[in-house]
Amino acid sequence: MTPTIGERIVHKEFPPITRHRLALYCGASGDHNPIHVDLDFAKQAGFPDVFSHGMLVMAYLGQALTDAVPAPRLRSFSTRFVAITQLGAKLTCEGHVAELVDYNGERCAKLALTTRDQNGDVKLSGEAIVAL
Amino acid sequence: MVDQSAVGREFMPVTARIEPGRLRFFLDTLGENNPLYRDAATATGAGYAAPPVPPTYLFCLEMMDAAVPFEFLTALNIDLARVLHGEQRFDFHAPVVVGDTLTFLPRVTGVSEKKGGAMTLVVIGTRVTNQNGVHVADLSRTVVIRNARPS
Repeated sequence: MTPTIGERIVHKEFPPITRHRLALYCGASGDHNPIHVDLDFAKQAGFPDVFSHGMLVMAYLGQALTDAVPAPRLRSFSTRFVAITQLGAKLTCEGHVAELVDYNGERCAKLALTTRDQNGDVKLSGEAIVAL
Repeated sequence: MVDQSAVGREFMPVTARIEPGRLRFFLDTLGENNPLYRDAATATGAGYAAPPVPPTYLFCLEMMDAAVPFEFLTALNIDLARVLHGEQRFDFHAPVVVGDTLTFLPRVTGVSEKKGGAMTLVVIGTRVTNQNGVHVADLSRTVVIRNARPS
């Protein structure tokens, strides 16, 4: 099956980011940077509050991705962390078929990925290469 | 300040085993209910020897089992409070499943300045191999160092 250029194949919404989620992610991910869970540390670093791990947001995007495409077909997955994801952010992850490419001799689709918050602000922008 | 002389610098290898209990904690934290990651029969049906890990979990394993957390920051004299994650890339070459033992080899692959020196970008590339010596993945992490004090 050949996907159509521009077709949206990834779409998933996630519950609002809470302090509790950030604390759980801190332990579950091994990323113990206090800036995501310790308000005193975040303020000292010049931020008004704690904020999400970029990798928590990328993990949500990865979840949306492998809900839509079989994980064994994923060849690469990359993102740019465009803006800080704040507490309370309600994230929507989407992916569209950008182009069909030959990748290491394999026919693949390149997906353009975004994660936006409830205001439509882009938090992550990325791409995935998926074997067809 | 980090400069080009850091490029090529290697850090301590990290060895990490994919343990089902802590993987479940990660899945639960994310509300990840895809049976591929949780159910052995679904995983073998999809061609895996055991449940695979979600795509970003390799990044976590490297941090989780590092003998010195954030070693590259301390080694390069970078203040953790001034660092943001700028970009992240994963290239997958072979399956990674529960029970595997992975070795991560991180090194500096790039250093550049942005906005007239207000920010320094440091790229850490990590090669990942499994217990059989198979090259399973490559990770690339770009960290942004805020050199100027935020207003």
